[in-house]
Amino acid sequence: MQFMLLFSRQGKLRLQKWYVPLSDKEKKKITRELVQTVLARKPKMCSFLEWRDLKVVYKRYASLYFCCAVENQDNELITLEIIHRYVELLDKYFGSVCELDIIFNFEKAYFILDEFLLGGEAQETSKKNVLKAIEQADLLQENVDFQTRLFAV
Amino acid sequence: MPAVSKGDGMRGLAVFISDIRNCKSKEAEIKRINKELANIRSKFKGDKALDGYSKKKYVCKLLFIFLLGHDIDFGHMEAVNLLSSNKYTEKQIGYLFISVLVNSNSDLIRLINNGIKNDLNSRNPTFMNLALHCIANVGSREMAEAFASDIPRILVAGDTMDSVKQSAALCLLRLNRTSPDLVPMGEWTARVVHLLNDQHLGVVTAATSLITTLAQKSPDDFKTSVALSVARLSRIVTSASIDLQDYTYYFVAAPWLSVKLLRLLQCYPPPEDASLRSRLTECLETILNKAQEPPKSKKVQHSNAKNAVLFEAISLIIHHDSEPTLLVRACNQLGQFLQHRETNLRYLALESMCMLASSEFSHEAVKTHMETVINALKTERDVSVRQRAVDLLYAMCDRSNAKQIVAEMLTYLENADYSIREEIVLKVAILAEKYAVDYTWYVDTILNLIRIAGDYVSEEVWYRVIQIVINRDDVQGYAAKTVFEALQAPACHENLVKVGGYILGEFGNLIAGDSRSSPLVQFNLLHSKFHLCSVPTRALLLSAYIKFINLFPEVKITIQDVLRSDSQLRNADVELQQRAVEYLRLSCIASTDILATVLEEMPPFPERESSILAKLKKKKGRGNLPVIDDTRRNVNGNVEHAEKTEAPNQVSTPSFTDLLNLNSAPGPGGNLLVDVFSDNAALSSTDVCEENFSRFVCKNNGVIFENQLLQIGLKSEYRQNLGRMYVFYGNKTSTQFLSFTSSLSVLDSFSPQLNMHVKTVDPVIEGGAQVQQILNMECVSDFTEAPVLKVQFRYGGMLQNLAVKLPVMLNKFFQPTEMTSQDFFQRWKQLGAPEQEVQKIFKAKLPMDTEVTKAKIIGFGVALLDRVDPNPENFVGAGVIHTKSIQVGCLLRLEPNAQAQMYRLTLRTSRESVSRRLCDLLSEQF
Repeated sequence: MQFMLLFSRQGKLRLQKWYVPLSDKEKKKITRELVQTVLARKPKMCSFLEWRDLKVVYKRYASLYFCCAVENQDNELITLEIIHRYVELLDKYFGSVCELDIIFNFEKAYFILDEFLLGGEAQETSKKNVLKAIEQADLLQENVDFQTRLFAV
Repeated sequence: MPAVSKGDGMRGLAVFISDIRNCKSKEAEIKRINKELANIRSKFKGDKALDGYSKKKYVCKLLFIFLLGHDIDFGHMEAVNLLSSNKYTEKQIGYLFISVLVNSNSDLIRLINNGIKNDLNSRNPTFMNLALHCIANVGSREMAEAFASDIPRILVAGDTMDSVKQSAALCLLRLNRTSPDLVPMGEWTARVVHLLNDQHLGVVTAATSLITTLAQKSPDDFKTSVALSVARLSRIVTSASIDLQDYTYYFVAAPWLSVKLLRLLQCYPPPEDASLRSRLTECLETILNKAQEPPKSKKVQHSNAKNAVLFEAISLIIHHDSEPTLLVRACNQLGQFLQHRETNLRYLALESMCMLASSEFSHEAVKTHMETVINALKTERDVSVRQRAVDLLYAMCDRSNAKQIVAEMLTYLENADYSIREEIVLKVAILAEKYAVDYTWYVDTILNLIRIAGDYVSEEVWYRVIQIVINRDDVQGYAAKTVFEALQAPACHENLVKVGGYILGEFGNLIAGDSRSSPLVQFNLLHSKFHLCSVPTRALLLSAYIKFINLFPEVKITIQDVLRSDSQLRNADVELQQRAVEYLRLSCIASTDILATVLEEMPPFPERESSILAKLKKKKGRGNLPVIDDTRRNVNGNVEHAEKTEAPNQVSTPSFTDLLNLNSAPGPGGNLLVDVFSDNAALSSTDVCEENFSRFVCKNNGVIFENQLLQIGLKSEYRQNLGRMYVFYGNKTSTQFLSFTSSLSVLDSFSPQLNMHVKTVDPVIEGGAQVQQILNMECVSDFTEAPVLKVQFRYGGMLQNLAVKLPVMLNKFFQPTEMTSQDFFQRWKQLGAPEQEVQKIFKAKLPMDTEVTKAKIIGFGVALLDRVDPNPENFVGAGVIHTKSIQVGCLLRLEPNAQAQMYRLTLRTSRESVSRRLCDLLSEQF
């Protein structure tokens, strides 16, 4: 996978993850172009499109579009399910996830993604294992919060 | 699951995000952000040292601002400081900031690398993972330099935790992609393959991606992965769906891992070991069988995951292209999907079937679905699906169904989206030519193309129809009648006027017997279009008129009046004016005989090889393709030409030093039409284009290759044993070429004899633009094989591959040597040993012209020695071939025999291989 973008129906970018080195300018250009292309598509159309020399796989969940660019020989359907598994992970973690969760806890959305995908490839596809890793991190965080409070007293 | 503390961790951040969301306008948002930026800046600069928490909060705010699309130019240092925090959450935010925002600020990279190093050495798996994620996310060269040797160690160490192994595997994959030179293979590679056997499926999943990437680059080092992958795959596909616990996804066992294993197997040919092979076949059969079972769930995730594995299995079957039963089963399965209610599946089925169509085993099976595909073309609402249907029809076309497919494509073209019209036009043109049995059908098809989509018909297409009509006398009368009828339409496309003008000018006499198409009617019809046309078309029409004067003396006066009119004789365009003046004069002074000779019907165009024919010949093992010298090159690069060069005042025999390839327009463009599309089917076996190679033996500049997309021009200069070649790539289309690469491939036997160094070119060539590439070379010793230039790029989503033999020949390293007659014959006698002389006697292929021959010998690189040979008809030359290791003196003698139209060429050098090569090269030139 070359990159993943999450954006709203209004075209606002909510998360961007790049697995290939590109300049900021190029990233912005790509984002603008793809957001426009995907938003212009009608609901019943197929979830894949040829774009430049890549394949774009996208799916809409409520108000959010999840959009991945993969290489030509990559498997479109499994990419579609990568998107779904990521949505499931977010959903499980936040408890019925909505766009606001991702806005206010964008850093968590990144951490979960890094546990699931790394370097553009699936690292761990077990939902339990990914969430376990994030839970452990949260536990570390809570201990820290606890400590700071202790000192503040 | 811990209760999610929405922003509790950083209340200030949540407040800030709410503020931004509450902003009513873009201006208000920018104002709020600027205020925050000023605040953070002052905090970072302030005298009071910030605690870790505040630093984390501010860095996080900066990150949020950046993600909103604003530039962030500070805070990097604070983020780096967070890396060394011993609080996990601070470290984590520090890493996130760096992953998202790092640029190649080298000072900072060193500090970041320090932080990473500490965490990698910490032996705390959570910290190690953070560090590995950061390397995988940034993947910069500096990081590769610092860590590429540590990560393999972590990956294969016995005591590494599973989750760290997973991160390490993918981290290494990323570094291998960005800086492969910095990831050396080593003893770890063998151990990595064994991760395919790991207990933990997550580890296997990550490792399979790494192994696939590595195996693509060096397949031999990872051969053992084939057996292991088959074993693993077999265990997965035969497992009950609950066996794999959390790796089962909607009742499908480990779909991601299955897809990855099937991908890995596509790096290799079918296994040679029989039992392994049958085990793999069993796996693939099981996957195909499962597709027929009733679904275990109605959820789309179930069917997607199942079909993802199925499509990957079909890709592997196609890749192997060796099991007819599997190929046909795959085809039937895809056939079912063609009518599935899911658009996604229909799209993918069309796409995969395209690949199946090119396999001899499944081509017929694919053809049985033609009606369905045609129907898709008519009914699919999504243009991307229709595009796939066009591709598939093109791929499944053969002689048996060509007429129907071409007709359907023509119908579709009438309403097709503008974005894909040009491509459809080309496809139709290629199919019509390739499968034409009946050339009247071919002519009709091309004229239809022009009628329906004239703007999208490129020059090559209408050049080609003219070439074919000229070469086939059985179709000429029909063509004349058809263009005459087509021209009757009140509005017809300019391309039709061009074809019509050319064909009537040549063959109008064939229909002139009918009073409805008498010479005058034909002329008036053509001339009625004249004023609406562009200059090049008008020029072509003027040539058609002078041809008419020859064909039909009865319209001579009418045409002369037209030529004489002010709008012609005083036309502002110099080309038109010149033609009018010359043609008028020619028609007045030349006798009927001269006129008939000058304006004779065009001779047939030399038949050129289509790529398919060339392939066939290669298989049959015939010798070199005949070199066809196009004698009918012209001055202005148009199809019509002979009149022009032969007109009085204008007699200029094109000299061979002319950049003649530019002018032989109808040829290369026409036949390469076929090449462009055959390329996408056979990526691996691109034919090497040698067509223009021999034209460069005696010259250094010109166009070596041209098709309708790309023109490759060369300029070269040589001095002693060194040479430099400038290669110019011209994009002839209005669309970008993407992922453009060009490289040299040299045959092994040849590489030590010629050192070549090539500079890389920009991967994008804009439409209409030209880029230059420089090739430096050094001749080490004498050589025979020429290097091949391989060019690859994407045009309109399709990969184009081509290979061109570069004209770097031994004679380029000649330095001419002047010598007296006495010296010459003394040297000549010294080189008298039988192995030093090579002689060839051959028939002249071109007219024997002394001046042209002289120019060629000089172009060959030797000094032409005057008054050395006692026979003044003979030519002698001398020169020295410079290589790094040796210099080879060389004498040559060419004896023409005008009566027999033969030549005798003798080469004498101190090395037999040099004599032979030079003799071969030069003898092809006359």
